[in-house]
Amino acid sequence: MIWDALLLQLGYNATLVSVGAALLGAAAGITGTFLFLRKRALVADAVSHATLPGVCIAFLVMASLGGDGRNLIGLLVGSALSAWVGLWCLNWLTLRTRLAEDAAIGAILSTFFGFGVVLLTVIQTAGIGRQAGLEGFLLGSTAGMLFNDALLIAGGGAATLVIIALTRRALTLVSFDPEYASAQGINVPQVDMLMMGLVMAVTVIGLKIVGLILIVALLIIPAVTARFWSERSDIVVLLAGLFGAAAAYVGAGVSASAPNLPTGPLIVLMSAGLFALSLFFAPSRGVLAAVIRQRRFQRRVHLRQGLLALAQGQPIYENLTLRLLGRAGLVRRDGVATETGRARAAKALRDEKRWEILRRDHAQEPAAELYDGLRAIETVLTPDEIREIDAKIGAPQEIPT
Amino acid sequence: MLDLICEDGTTFTENSLAQSPLAIRGLTVTYGQKPAVFSVDMTVQPGEMTAIIGPNGAGKSTMLKAALGVIPSVSGRVQVFGKPLPSQRARVAYVPQRASVDWDFPTRVIDVVLMGLYRQVGLLGRIRGQHRASALDCLTRVGMADFADRQIGQLSGGQQQRVFLARALAQNADLYLLDEPFAGVDAATEKAIITVLKSLRAEGKTVVVVHHDLATVAEYFDNVFLINTRKVAEGPVETTFNSVTLQAAYGGRLAATQVEQLNQITG
Amino acid sequence: MSGAEFVPLSLPPIAIGTCAAIACALPGNFLLLRRQALIGDAISHVVLPGIVVAFILTGVISTWPMMIGAAGAALIAVLLIEGIRRLGRIEPGAAMGVVFTTMFAGGVLLLEQTDTSSVHLDVEHALYGNLESLIWLDATGWASLLDPLALAGLPPELPRMALVLVLTGLFIAIFWRALKISTFDEGFAQSVGITTTPLGLALVVVAAVAAVAAFDAVGSIIVIAMFICPPAAARMMTNRLERQIAWSVGFAALSAILGYVLAGYGPLWLGLYDAVSAAGMIATVSGVILAVAARFGPCRTRAGAPAGV
Repeated sequence: MIWDALLLQLGYNATLVSVGAALLGAAAGITGTFLFLRKRALVADAVSHATLPGVCIAFLVMASLGGDGRNLIGLLVGSALSAWVGLWCLNWLTLRTRLAEDAAIGAILSTFFGFGVVLLTVIQTAGIGRQAGLEGFLLGSTAGMLFNDALLIAGGGAATLVIIALTRRALTLVSFDPEYASAQGINVPQVDMLMMGLVMAVTVIGLKIVGLILIVALLIIPAVTARFWSERSDIVVLLAGLFGAAAAYVGAGVSASAPNLPTGPLIVLMSAGLFALSLFFAPSRGVLAAVIRQRRFQRRVHLRQGLLALAQGQPIYENLTLRLLGRAGLVRRDGVATETGRARAAKALRDEKRWEILRRDHAQEPAAELYDGLRAIETVLTPDEIREIDAKIGAPQEIPT
Repeated sequence: MLDLICEDGTTFTENSLAQSPLAIRGLTVTYGQKPAVFSVDMTVQPGEMTAIIGPNGAGKSTMLKAALGVIPSVSGRVQVFGKPLPSQRARVAYVPQRASVDWDFPTRVIDVVLMGLYRQVGLLGRIRGQHRASALDCLTRVGMADFADRQIGQLSGGQQQRVFLARALAQNADLYLLDEPFAGVDAATEKAIITVLKSLRAEGKTVVVVHHDLATVAEYFDNVFLINTRKVAEGPVETTFNSVTLQAAYGGRLAATQVEQLNQITG
Repeated sequence: MSGAEFVPLSLPPIAIGTCAAIACALPGNFLLLRRQALIGDAISHVVLPGIVVAFILTGVISTWPMMIGAAGAALIAVLLIEGIRRLGRIEPGAAMGVVFTTMFAGGVLLLEQTDTSSVHLDVEHALYGNLESLIWLDATGWASLLDPLALAGLPPELPRMALVLVLTGLFIAIFWRALKISTFDEGFAQSVGITTTPLGLALVVVAAVAAVAAFDAVGSIIVIAMFICPPAAARMMTNRLERQIAWSVGFAALSAILGYVLAGYGPLWLGLYDAVSAAGMIATVSGVILAVAARFGPCRTRAGAPAGV
């Protein structure tokens, strides 16, 4: 079944949902990356929760006008309007009052959501709610989705992607360095508006599939995941789109393959799986790589400090230093330096002296900037230059035993 | 008594280490993979004023914070009055950089100074009239008594710095550690602060200041500690604060004109 | 309205709602000042997987296993957020977003996979709570408040919520000074020997306990709203922490009482027959209070702070 779903063998509707989900995932991943780089990831959470009152009001209006309250386009327009109001309130709170953005996000999120729940109960008690199925917007549901709805989602996802493609340069610049972008003549507030517009678009399109509580995951998780794999913003953006699309596609497919597998949560969990893998195993930024690097680094620091202490006849207080020196065969069990230890210590001290001379020299400033206490001087100077410095220091000193 | 020979040739004994208000040995602090402070030793002289100087990013503040355990260190040993720090906290007053806190915090000037009495009053002890009076005393010493009931967000940068100093005074410590107290303050504040610090020295207290203004080092301080990731030099201003040590600390970053100016200052 | 109607039907939900609101608002003040306001949001989302796992393990809907499950989930979430933030070097907002959405999604999936047809356990319940159903059938009027026999029939949520409120209040009172100092100036706090990291964790745990107890009675929406809205509104009213706390308690209580009354009787005034969600209305009222405070509060702007600080 799962393979059938992934290979788009489950009928026209399910296929369209899968493709729509993938397009949505890609759009969300990319939009979310800009948001994440701008350090405003959770604004999306406020936006998505703020859609609920709009959905309910749109339903009530359409029903009271005698139409079909469940018309998806109508509901989505309503959700977009109330998300916009929420966003406006959020901006007002952060700009005009002393509230920090995180508090403003929480305030908007809870108030709008609370009001939406009030409206939901109004719809329920008005006797029309049983058929409304508006609860589906909380967690998303693809079951019983109409062909037109699926088409709308796929089309919306594709349209969002096109807009991103057209405006990617401005988005990248602003999310990376707003001040520089402003100096380049880019209207930063406008681009910020565009960014929020995209977030709203993704949220609104995703309401039906993923639901408003979890849509924020599609915006945040792929972006954070992609960040582990690259330091280049354009690659991060592409990867986030890819991760988002893959998670959404597989999630929607698996969900269609069996009952009781809700689409939204599955997509989020697929995304989270990719995140966990990246967190631990990504080269350079991953946890595993960082732990190995940190341990290696700590050893180098201790070894170097130990050598310098030996060279100057100072006592070594740290057990780790002594252990490392001992393991490297540089000191004996009783803490006295071995022959190699004395030689290495003398070399370390001499290197320090060389660095000292080097860092005093105006002409060598670029090289001096590289000093970090650990770098071997041979990596920045030629043997000739070292000899020159040695001439200033004088003969090697005797190391006390 | 074991004699230790420092890199710069000065000698001190384990005995002097025990008497030093703040003795640091082999302190290394790293941010990520780059050491900000590498294997630094420092021995602060009791009852004197010491300036920690060095170029931007040389690890001045980092060293101070790591010595106080405010940030973690990779290695190193710190003794305060010859004992490990935790047992001596009551004798140490720390003045963080002004910019390190949120001045929008809902509190008044006098409340900030009362924070300095935390160790005296304890977690639950009542703040009594005598505590208020001594807090007000400290504010008077820095010339801020009139501002006691102000919201801290309404203060200027210099006034904020004086409030921080008043809080340290309230701690009634023996060792005062100040992180860039003169950064971005007005001339009147700078004068007020240095007057207070000198009066502390007159009371026999030890003062250590992370300092950035080379022009005032000789005027304000007894000792100087030059750092640029590693310790460059340590000692009395007369012997240690000169163009040679400065060149060593600041390297290429010290423009030739500055060197000349300094030569005039330091003679 | 007579006591015979009010005491059994409205008094317990109002009292429970008020206790829950205040218990959340108290730690909320510090979370707000520490820029951790959204921890409340995260905690209230992960409560769902906590209770679902507790239900799967025990097979029954009973209070204590669910509370323990929820508290455990909250603690795991907080540790995960902190771990991801540090290990992955990711900004806290994003780390939070990753953790709570993932755990919430896991909770929903587990719930769908588990047969809960025989018990009352669903996502809506976790979100909205069931404040209206917490009635006191043994009460006959105001006199019942003094009748030990009738008091024994109080909904158990009330004493539980009151206990949590007392515990929260005690924590804030005992660690008041340390919390204030470490929230204002962490570096200084460490230099005078306050262990700021455990204290910060304790604050989050207390917030989690309040959230978990409150969610059981009143649902997640109120929890998020009460962590943030009353303290945020209170911050606009005063520049002193002591008074901010007092204001926030007042605002929390006002939201709970007014919200419940509006939810229960408002529709009747409008000619409708049925009440609307009390939890949703309480959150809405707290938001309206914040809006008013943000528009008219005496200390609503950062004005007065010197530029560049």
